[in-house]
Amino acid sequence: MSTSKPKKRVAAVEGWIDVDPKNPRLVGYKDDASGTFFFPKDVAISRAPGFSDTPLREVRLSNRGKLWSYTTNHYKPPEPAISSDPFVPYTVAAVELTEERMVILGQLADGIDPTTMEVGQEMELTLATLYEDDENEYIVWKWKPVSA
Amino acid sequence: MSKNEVAILGAGMHPWGKWGRNFVEYGVVAIKAAIADAGIEWKDVDFVVGGDTMRNGYPGYVAGATFAKAMGWTGIPIASCYAACATGAQAIEIARTRILAGMAEVAVVVGADTTPKGFLAPAKGERALDPDWLRFRLLGATNPTYFGLYAQRRMDLYGATEQDFARIKVKNSKHGFTNPNARYRQIYTEAEVLASPLVAAPLRLFEICATSDGGAALVLCSMEYAKKKGIAKPVRIAAVSTVSPTFPNTTIDMPDFSTDSAAGIAAPDRSFKDSISWAAYQEAGIDPSDVDLAEVYDLSSALELDWYENIGLCKPGEAEGMLRSGATEIGGRVPVNPSGGLSCFGEAVPAQAIAQVCELTWQLRGTAGERQVAGAKVGITANQGLFGHGSSVLCTR
Repeated sequence: MSTSKPKKRVAAVEGWIDVDPKNPRLVGYKDDASGTFFFPKDVAISRAPGFSDTPLREVRLSNRGKLWSYTTNHYKPPEPAISSDPFVPYTVAAVELTEERMVILGQLADGIDPTTMEVGQEMELTLATLYEDDENEYIVWKWKPVSA
Repeated sequence: MSKNEVAILGAGMHPWGKWGRNFVEYGVVAIKAAIADAGIEWKDVDFVVGGDTMRNGYPGYVAGATFAKAMGWTGIPIASCYAACATGAQAIEIARTRILAGMAEVAVVVGADTTPKGFLAPAKGERALDPDWLRFRLLGATNPTYFGLYAQRRMDLYGATEQDFARIKVKNSKHGFTNPNARYRQIYTEAEVLASPLVAAPLRLFEICATSDGGAALVLCSMEYAKKKGIAKPVRIAAVSTVSPTFPNTTIDMPDFSTDSAAGIAAPDRSFKDSISWAAYQEAGIDPSDVDLAEVYDLSSALELDWYENIGLCKPGEAEGMLRSGATEIGGRVPVNPSGGLSCFGEAVPAQAIAQVCELTWQLRGTAGERQVAGAKVGITANQGLFGHGSSVLCTR
């Protein structure tokens, strides 16, 4: 059965990403007392020592940073990873957000040649489909060079 | 001098391999070897600590009991612990502190593992709250992914080359070639390493640690007990570090998606990995320049270079130069991984940090055979367990 009804775009993990393609953002949290950001939210309180009574406020993390490092995987990863069939090598990038001073991992956007990358270059957030079912497209964040 | 000394009376191992047998067998072989080496009997042991394994069902979660039962119950107190790759150091620390408190005289520390083939994968099931599951699901971030990130960063920051990484593998393969407990006893050339397939670029298959079966055990005792046994100059544990990170930890660590943020609270002067051996040096009152040899966790060839800097053998960015000079080969100024390291062993998680100390014991006694580091008096181990477990043991003689 085929249907022309467009699939709904949802975050691959609920609440982690704004999936609007025009303004992709990771959903982070901030403890305003210590000025510390968190992603993802793993507990309901700040992990900055001495600030565990501070409530966490939901924020949108900045979508730019500098490349901390990157690596291309040449073997098919084990489950529950989702990889292409036939397998195509994929690159994982670590990007340090300038404002939040934290490194966040993400796959490199498709179509970017990893051999052209250099530690320290400007990167920005983008979105891609991780997998889909009959109703939904499940969206994940990726990194791409600012120039691309 | 350290005030916290305990003696290493005996060391024993079951050879590493892919034997596919019950992990308890390996542990028992290692315990028997360590006890024989110590010149004591099982009934002399008054405390046992077992390092847990997560892949062998319930007996693995209560390893102290499992091994004590296998050797024959004698009614003594036991403990079991788990700290991922740092499990062995944690087990040593539990035995050491009990001996130092005067609550035990002679303790057995043991770890053993049987491992599946291939990539270490997370536990089964849909677990959207488990970062270890999510990193595979969302990013395909296998363990070698993290090793690849560290290696590439060294290339871009410090000018490390693929040849440097291969050279580590070649060095360790020469070191471990004659080690009867090593799993891989084959000398590689740089060309052979560089011809092996890429796994997590720039790292290749021969540069990434495999998972192994194996077992290692130590007999630890009070200095008085060693004296009573007539051992005037035993190898001593001068310090053990089991430190955890200080917030914010700004280096990406397995299995995390992100580091802590340093936007509010400044990052500590010493990174987590730098703090691990630093705590051991501080406790023992020993300087990194006093170290004669080191056993470090070369989960990848490139990671060994990070450790040179983390344990204070050289400054950041100098590890490649140190390697190229030959300083870390047997015969050099401070040989690293004279056992052959994980490169020749593969990793048997709860046994590995104990095996590192077995190697120091033999080296400091001067009984390491063809891989002996001449005149070794001070040795250090270093390793880092998943989820923030530091592990470093400083031994002297």
